[in-house]
Amino acid sequence: MAQLNALILSCLIFCPVAGALLVAVLPRDAAKWGALAVAAFNFVLSLHLVANWGEVSSALLGGTGAGKDFHFQEMREWLPQLGVSYHLGVDGISVLLVLLTTFLTPLVMLASWRAVTQRSKEFVVCLLLLEAAAVGVFCALDVILFYVFWEAVLIPTYILIVGWGGARRAAAGIKFFLYTMAGSVLMWAAMLYLYFMQPVGARSFGYAAIGDAARALEGSNGAVALWLFAAFALAFAIKAPVFPLHSWLPDAYTQAPTAATVMLAAVLSKMGIYGFLRFAIPFFPETARGLAPIFIALSIIGVIYGALVATAQTDIKKLLAYSSISHVALIVLGVFAALLATRDAALATTGATLQMVNHGLSTGALFLLAGLLLERRRDETREDEAREIHRYGGLAQLMPRFTVLFWVALFASIGLPGLNGFIGEYLILQGAMNAGFWYAAGGATGVILGAIYMLRMFRTLMFGETREAAADGPNAHAMTAPETTISGAEVRGPEAPETDAPSMVLPETTTATDTMPTRSAAWRDVTPRETFVLAAVLAVIVWIGVAPQSFLNIIKPDANTGAAATALAPRNDTNQLAQR
Amino acid sequence: MPLYLIVLLPLLGFVVNGLFGAKIKKPLPGVIASLAVGAAFVVALLRVLGLSAGNSATADEPNRIVETAYTWMNVGSLRVDVSFLLDPLSAIMILVITGIGFLIHLYSVGYMQDDHNDPEGRLYARYFAWLNLFIAFMSVLVLADNYLLMFVGWEGVGLCSYFLIGYWFKREDAAEASKKAFIVNRIGDFGFLLGIMLLFTATGTLRYFGTGDSPGALDGMAQNAQNFNAGTLGMMGGITLITLLLFVGACGKSAQIPLYTWLPDAMAGPTPVSALIHAATMVTAGVYMCARSSALFEAAPDTKLIICIIGALTALFAGLTALAHNDIKKVLAYSTVSQLGFMFMGIGAGAYVAAIFHVFTHAFFKACLFLGAGSVIHALHGEQDMRKMGGLAAKMKATNITFLLSGLALAGAAPLAGFFSKDEIIAEVWKVQAFAPIYQIIGVVALVTAFITALYTGRQYAQVFGGKPRDEHLHEHAHESPPVMTIPLWILAAGAVVTGFFGVPHIPGVPEQLHAFSNWLSPVFVERAGEAHASADAAVHGAEHPVNWALLFLGGAIGWAGWFLGRAMGLRDGARAVLPGSTSRLSLDALYNATVVRFGFALSAALRWIDEKIVDGFVNGVGVFVGQVSAALRLTQTSFVRNYALGMALGAAIIIALLAVR
Repeated sequence: MAQLNALILSCLIFCPVAGALLVAVLPRDAAKWGALAVAAFNFVLSLHLVANWGEVSSALLGGTGAGKDFHFQEMREWLPQLGVSYHLGVDGISVLLVLLTTFLTPLVMLASWRAVTQRSKEFVVCLLLLEAAAVGVFCALDVILFYVFWEAVLIPTYILIVGWGGARRAAAGIKFFLYTMAGSVLMWAAMLYLYFMQPVGARSFGYAAIGDAARALEGSNGAVALWLFAAFALAFAIKAPVFPLHSWLPDAYTQAPTAATVMLAAVLSKMGIYGFLRFAIPFFPETARGLAPIFIALSIIGVIYGALVATAQTDIKKLLAYSSISHVALIVLGVFAALLATRDAALATTGATLQMVNHGLSTGALFLLAGLLLERRRDETREDEAREIHRYGGLAQLMPRFTVLFWVALFASIGLPGLNGFIGEYLILQGAMNAGFWYAAGGATGVILGAIYMLRMFRTLMFGETREAAADGPNAHAMTAPETTISGAEVRGPEAPETDAPSMVLPETTTATDTMPTRSAAWRDVTPRETFVLAAVLAVIVWIGVAPQSFLNIIKPDANTGAAATALAPRNDTNQLAQR
Repeated sequence: MPLYLIVLLPLLGFVVNGLFGAKIKKPLPGVIASLAVGAAFVVALLRVLGLSAGNSATADEPNRIVETAYTWMNVGSLRVDVSFLLDPLSAIMILVITGIGFLIHLYSVGYMQDDHNDPEGRLYARYFAWLNLFIAFMSVLVLADNYLLMFVGWEGVGLCSYFLIGYWFKREDAAEASKKAFIVNRIGDFGFLLGIMLLFTATGTLRYFGTGDSPGALDGMAQNAQNFNAGTLGMMGGITLITLLLFVGACGKSAQIPLYTWLPDAMAGPTPVSALIHAATMVTAGVYMCARSSALFEAAPDTKLIICIIGALTALFAGLTALAHNDIKKVLAYSTVSQLGFMFMGIGAGAYVAAIFHVFTHAFFKACLFLGAGSVIHALHGEQDMRKMGGLAAKMKATNITFLLSGLALAGAAPLAGFFSKDEIIAEVWKVQAFAPIYQIIGVVALVTAFITALYTGRQYAQVFGGKPRDEHLHEHAHESPPVMTIPLWILAAGAVVTGFFGVPHIPGVPEQLHAFSNWLSPVFVERAGEAHASADAAVHGAEHPVNWALLFLGGAIGWAGWFLGRAMGLRDGARAVLPGSTSRLSLDALYNATVVRFGFALSAALRWIDEKIVDGFVNGVGVFVGQVSAALRLTQTSFVRNYALGMALGAAIIIALLAVR
């Protein structure tokens, strides 16, 4: 195991890559299984991080750095002439995001098992590459390495959107790609600036060296530091996104296939916030503190704006997309409120870090559930019509288990105590309250607004009389469009083999009455496979809600010093030091 | 037995019924659920007896038990434990919750047996699962030893309320009402949460009471309020703001103006749910929270005045509205809102014992009234319109007598329970010395409202049970409910008769045992500011007695008079509402819909348009612009060498010209 400690992060990045190569040469039928096995293996591997968390931690290699320890560090020469190294390491801020990524990847594969029928091999290969790049982003401690992973994430994501997305996928994909890429270019320029600032011969792209350079610059030339901070912040703010840089998001989330939407919402949006916590703020702590009120204001606008626009949506994926904007804005609020807190700055940062995971889980679950619903309607209606919330009703009767899963995810998302969202939201808001009453009050408006749009959606989807998706169930469909009966009846088949699941929570609707459409594939309740995927996510949601301390213990020490405010504080030596 | 068992037992019932309920035949899920709550009641009773045995409460050594289950969150200086507190206040609340909760579970076994909204019985187990979960969360709410854990229970009961109101989810009114209840409550919770967080920022702890050298948020608050206001928060009247925010939360949960509108709609849920959640327990959570925070409220007299005014307005307004309704449950719902107003008058007057006493007695008689109404609705196959009832006294003997007794208790007819508790609040309002004139006006409003209460209650009783049947068909099929439903009615009615005698006013000649309630409870609360001073003053103290006696007689007279007048109205003209329909249309609902709701949705639609056309439009515009520029530039790429040569020549010429000029 000691051997593994030194290599674990590389394994987590390159297992999926190797797996992708392997899967690419497998026969098409075996590819899905192969990819699932690789992703599942990678998740098990990633558990090594938490299992051995306390044992392997050491000072940041290559300089004084942010004065804090990193775990599982790994450093190799890459381009020594240019001062570029292959340097990996995780701390409390990043490790849970790594786990989130490895946890969700096999689950979204499983969730897409039947949804993706075309080019399924290419699909899973893209997912594996996406996983590798995302893990890389969270582990990289060399800014060039980080930048490589950061941009590498775009490629599989773009292919997933354009290759398997909805009707307007091409436009959504290109917008996503160009928008986020445009933001990163300036960050790249800023990195180069910080590199060339360093004395010739000792230049390095290492996290410690760049950080030292940046903080030195901030001390000597605030104006330049402001511009460089802005360059970093722009890249991260687009990715998160921070209002008003969000407009790539609704299209991308809506048009992407379910698996990609989940990865976008759960993992990719965290890259932006992570970037603030890891780079922008520790590099330029005073600049960040000075600009914090602006970012907090934008966040509060984002919370309210996202929620209000979500309220006006009729498309289920768009609603969830805007809700995501609102929730992510609250995390950004926590990140910046920590800089202004008069006491306990760690509260907001810890909350923000945990909430990144929480949001990934609950929004991920909601997009998965929306995906399940759309998958069932695929053969019945056009895909954009299937997303219309008002075409549904009374699903609690048709799909009782689906309803139960949906409400847990939904109430986690609106911050019900006992589920994970509350822990993160409370810590963020309490941290914000320590910075100022109005920061907390502004952020907490999401408590009300979130309930409004989510419960309106839930009520329309689940309650009331069955609306037969606006009367285009199989029978009505056949009546209105007789020419489609052949394809409708034969291709789909009467009932998928997966439906004979035991009733888990609620009685299953087994008999069709005259008010209900016949029980076809279109209204199949969740299958065991789908139940497994969601139960896995929901179990963690409940776990974090009821007993979050084990997660907080991992985050806490690094949230204390990770916040920019204390970036220059003396190193915390309480952690056990272990030489590699 | 550990305190957490009280929470765990119903939680277990929830899990069993939630996972396996669909496979269990009726009425077994109901039996399981009832047993779970019954067991929780036994545990609670044993623990409370233990608490009272060890009752040597002094100011230095309060009568408290704290048991910590595990650490929930520990970050920085924030430490929140899942930790339970049993003291005289939470003892009363937990006994009411599990005791009356058990009776209502029992009643539900009969009531939900033949559910005409759910003939196949597919929802039956789910009903009991939610009911169990409700008891678990409600227990968390009152047993929590810190504000954040209380908030867990607070939101949890809201969740259960949401699902139980929307239990018959196929009905549009139920679906709408449940959504509304949750959202309106969330507005209150927004305030409550901010209040909790501000309290933490100010005091550095969320626990009510500290141990040893780490004081709790409430310890010494009355003494520290002065410097607390001045320094810690750096904003106007810190403690006033905190208490106001907490009260916003109470307004939501306990249905006070301006947030009461969800409660009448919540009657779309099954009637036992209305009895348990929307009368006896959950809606009194706001009163409990304020009483629990008495140390904070005593330091904020401005907040108390506001609470008292809002309580009085709510009581009066809801009482009048109750007169205008013909739906048997709606009348009771508005009556509940009105009685909650009384409780907040007590809080606002600093009479925490009286407020909790009214919570206690109200739990009995209002639960009994709701369950009686349920029995009637059950007998009439779902009919809720009182204009179609009448003459049921002979057909439903048990329901009739229990409804009569608890109705008289609600009306404040001496010497039933409601008389003592309501009278106590009114008397305390009269006695407040700060802002005395305003409090005296409130006292008058309270007396008027007490009369109105008796009026609508008497009318309701007469309309439902008295006189001749107004709908022969319904009357013919009416039948008494089974014993599983009537036994809880009898027990609750007994409570409505006797519980008042635990809290007889402090007037000479009354034996000490009859003050049991205030003797038990008053050590929990911070003394009303200036009270000790006033009671030392013999003149003031002596002057109280005539006022007390006068109020006592006035209250008793008002109760009986209103009852008989209302009864006469109900008998004479049972088919018509006392007040014209205009009162029911004069609702905040209409106002909110016309203003806030409308504006909110318009804003939301406008922002959607802005987002698509302007925010995103700008981005797309940039894309289009770049595209057009490049399209234009593309035209220069003609692939004719002569054009390129011309370009080169022109470029060279310009460069040479520029060089020449320099």
